[in-house]
Amino acid sequence: MALPSKEIRQHTIAVLVDNEAGVLARVIGLFASRGYNIESLTVAAVDEANNLSRITVVTSGPEMVIEQIKAQLGRLVPVHKVSDLTTEGKFLSRELALVKVVGLGEKRVEALRIADIFRARVVDSSTSSFVFEISGSTEKIDAFIALMRELGMVDLSRTGVVAISRGERKL
Amino acid sequence: MPQQQMTGAEIIIKALVDQGVEVIFGYPGGAVLPIYDALFKQNRIRHILVRQEGGAVHAAEGYARSTGKPGVVLVTSGPGATNAVTGLTDAMMDSIPLVCLTGQVATHLIGNDAFQECDTVGITRPCTKHNYLVKEAGSLARVMHEAFHVATSGRPGPVVVDIPKDIQFAAAPYVAKERVTRKTYQPRVKPESRDVRRAVEMMLKAKRPVFYTGGGVINSGPRASALLTELVRLTGFPITSTLMGLGAYPGSDRQFLGMLGMHGTYEANLAMHGCDLMINVGARFDDRITGRLDAFSPGSRKIHVDVDPSSINKTVHVDLPVIGDAAHVLEEMLALWKAETKRPDQKALDHWWAQIDQWRARKCLSYRQEGKLIKPQYALERLQALTAGRDTYITTEVGQHQMWAAQFLKFEKPNRWMTSGGLGTMGYGMPAAMGVQIAHPDALVIDVAGEASIMMNIQELSTIAQYRLPVKVFILNNQYMGMVRQWQELLHGGRYSESYMDSLPDFVKLAEAFGAVGLRCASPDDVDRTILEMIDTPRPVIVDMCVDPNENCFPMVPGGSAHNEMILGDQGGAKATVSDEGKILV
Ligand SMILES: Cc1cc2nc3c(=O)[nH]c(=O)nc-3n(C[C@H](O)[C@H](O)[C@H](O)COP(=O)(O)OP(=O)(O)OC[C@H]3O[C@@H](n4cnc5c(N)ncnc54)[C@H](O)[C@@H]3O)c2cc1C
Ligand SMILES: Cc1ncc(C[n+]2csc(CCOP(=O)(O)OP(=O)(O)O)c2C)c(N)n1
Ligand SMILES: [Mg+2]
Repeated sequence: MALPSKEIRQHTIAVLVDNEAGVLARVIGLFASRGYNIESLTVAAVDEANNLSRITVVTSGPEMVIEQIKAQLGRLVPVHKVSDLTTEGKFLSRELALVKVVGLGEKRVEALRIADIFRARVVDSSTSSFVFEISGSTEKIDAFIALMRELGMVDLSRTGVVAISRGERKL
Repeated sequence: MPQQQMTGAEIIIKALVDQGVEVIFGYPGGAVLPIYDALFKQNRIRHILVRQEGGAVHAAEGYARSTGKPGVVLVTSGPGATNAVTGLTDAMMDSIPLVCLTGQVATHLIGNDAFQECDTVGITRPCTKHNYLVKEAGSLARVMHEAFHVATSGRPGPVVVDIPKDIQFAAAPYVAKERVTRKTYQPRVKPESRDVRRAVEMMLKAKRPVFYTGGGVINSGPRASALLTELVRLTGFPITSTLMGLGAYPGSDRQFLGMLGMHGTYEANLAMHGCDLMINVGARFDDRITGRLDAFSPGSRKIHVDVDPSSINKTVHVDLPVIGDAAHVLEEMLALWKAETKRPDQKALDHWWAQIDQWRARKCLSYRQEGKLIKPQYALERLQALTAGRDTYITTEVGQHQMWAAQFLKFEKPNRWMTSGGLGTMGYGMPAAMGVQIAHPDALVIDVAGEASIMMNIQELSTIAQYRLPVKVFILNNQYMGMVRQWQELLHGGRYSESYMDSLPDFVKLAEAFGAVGLRCASPDDVDRTILEMIDTPRPVIVDMCVDPNENCFPMVPGGSAHNEMILGDQGGAKATVSDEGKILV
C-alpha cells in the first residue's frame, strides 16, 4: 500500500454537533492541545428542532494529520458527523467581511469603484467613511482587502469560512 | 401514575444502583454533603473513605482494571476535584472506565469565584473522555446513565459529572437507564468482514509473523483474551505484549516472547524488528514501543485492530486497519482461520522460530545474585516462584521496580496486572491495590513498589487499616529514584542530581504506626522467608526489601534508538551512547 502523502494540504471540514455548552471549547481545545492548526473556524446553530450546530473548520496538514484530526473530532461525544468537504466531492465555501475605509477625495472614489467591481455593497457611509459588505471565496475577500488597505482601510471584520457540498448530497 | 419526584442526591444514588455500582471511593466536603446524606440513608452502595482524593481515583482504577467494571469516585468541589486530576489523566491515558462525581457550588454562584469553586469541567476537559456540568435537576438521571455509557463503551475512559449543590437538593423525576437513548457516541464494535478476511489472508501468507498485543485486549474483556489465546495457539505464531496487555496471553507459554519495548526482551524486540507481518491487537504504537519511528519494524506489513479510529495511523502507518472491538474481531478471525483449508508456510515458520530461539538463548534478563546484596530481580523471581499457582493480583508504582515486575512476574490471566503505563504516575500502586482488594477480598494483592513512589500516597495506609484490607506492599528499596538514577548514569555523566532518597522513613515502624505489619529483609538468605511470611500474614504488610542500590534495568532501548540498538545488561550497559536527538526524548 502506498504511504500517505506528506504534502501539506488545506482541508475544509464540516462538523455537526449537539448545540450545548462547551462543545466549541472541546473542538478548539482538541486543536490546541494536539497542535493542529486552525485557519478558520465558524459555528452557528443550524437545526433548532434537533438542537444541532454546524462547525466549519479550515485546517491544513499532511494526510496522516488530517486523518487524525477527523478521527479525533469523530470521537468527541457531542459530535454527530464529521465530513471532509475537500475530499468528498465538490463544495462551495464562502466568507463575509465588513470593511471600513476612511478617506476623502480620489481615494474615496477609487474605493467605491473597486467595491463595485467586487460586488461589495455599501452598508454604511458618512462623508468621510464607508463600510463595505463583501461575500465570496476567501481568495476574493483577501484580494479586496489588499486593495482597500491601500485606500484607507481602518477596520475589518470577517466571519470565517462556511462551506457546503455541491449537488444533492447532505451532511 | 405521575412520575415520582426525588431529590438530586437520591437520583444519583438510584442511578448508581441501577448501573450495578456496589462500591464508590470518595472523600466528603461542603459541595457534596447532600450526596453523603443520601449515602447515609441507604445500604446498597458501599463507600470507601480514602485519605486524599488522588487515592480515590487510583483505587477506582484498580477496581476497574481488576473487574472490568467501571470505577466510581465521589469528591467535593474545588480542591477535591483538582486532587482528582492526576488520577483522571492516568485513567485517560490507560483507557480505564471511571465515573467521577464532583460537587460544584450552587448554579447561581458559578463564575463568581465562590468558596471552593473551580472550573471543574474546564480543568478536566482535556483529561476526561467526556464531562458534564449538570445545570438542571431534570437532566441529572439522563446524564448519570449517559456517563456510564460513555465511560464503558468503545475505548473506555474517565467521565466527570460535575453537580452543583442546589441540583443535589432540587426535586426531579427519575429516568430509568433503559429510557435514556443516545444519538451520538455509538462506537463501532463489529468490524468490516472484508477487513477481517484480508487480515487472515495476510496471516496465511506470512513467513515471519508476530502478534503485538496490548491493553485493548484487556479492555475488551476476558473473552477477548481467551479468543486471542486460541488464535495464537492455532496459528503457532509468536506473540509479544505491551506493558498494558500483560496477562491477555499466558505469560509462561512458549509462544510468548515477553514484553516488548524500551525495557522489553531481546527476542520480542528483534522479532518486531525483523518480522514480515505484524498483527497489532489493541495496542497503540506508543513511543516506548516504537523507539525511533523511521527505524521501527522497517520490513513488515502491519495489521492494526483497534476500537478507536484515532489510534489508527496516529504515529505508525499501517497497511490494514481493522476497526472494531478486539473480541469481535478475534472471534471472526478465529472462525475464518478454522474454516480455511490453506495453511501458512510451515517451513518458513520453523525457520522463524529457530531464529527467535537463538535470540532467546541470549537470555537477556539474566543477572547474577552474588554477594550480600539482594538483587531486585532476585527478589521478584522469588516472589514469582513463591506465589505461582495462586491467583495473585499485582499492582506497581513507577520506576525500575515496575519494569522488573513486568519482566520477572508471569501473568497467566487478564485483569491481574494493574500498572500506570501511559502517564507513569508514582503513587498509583498502593491505592490501586486497595481498589483491587475491595473487589477481590480474599485474593492475594501485592503492590510492587519503590521507596520513592510509595511516599507519594503513603496516607492511604490509613484507609487500608480502616477497611482491614490485607494488601501487601513489596518495596524494592534501592534508596534511589532508581529509574532517574539510571538515566542520569546513562545520559548525564553519572551526576545524580536529586535522585538519592535521603531521610527515608523506617518502613517497619511506619507500617506499625498504621496498624500494619512491617518486615525488613536485607540478606539474600532471608528473601524466601520474608516473602512467605508476607503471604501468610492475613493483614496488611509492608516489606522493606533492601536491594542493591546500583542495579540498572536492562534490556533498554534508549530514546531515539531502534529496536536492534538495544543495550543489554551484560554488555556493561553504562557504556551506551545516546545521540543528542535521543537525549531530548523523555
Ligand atoms: C517507566 C515506564 C517504562 C515503560 N516502558 C515500557 C516498555 O518497555 N514496554 C511497554 O510495552 N510499555 C512501556 N511502558 C508503558 C507505555 O508508556 C504505554 O503505556 C504502553 O506501552 C501502552 O500500551 P498499549 O499500546 O497496549 O496501549 P493502551 O494504552 O493500553 O491502549 C489500548 C489501545 O487499545 C485500544 N482499545 C481499547 N479498547 C479496545 C477494545 N475493546 N478493542 C480493541 N481495541 C481497544 C485503544 O483504542 C488503544 O489504542 C512504560 C511505562 C513507564 C511508566
Ligand atoms: C508523580 C511522578 N513524579 C515524577 C516521576 C518521574 N519518575 C519516574 S520513575 C521515578 C523514580 C521512582 O523511584 P522509586 O519509586 O524508588 O522506584 P525505582 O525506580 O527506584 O524502582 C521518578 C521520579 C513520575 N513518574 N511520577
Ligand atoms: Mg527506588
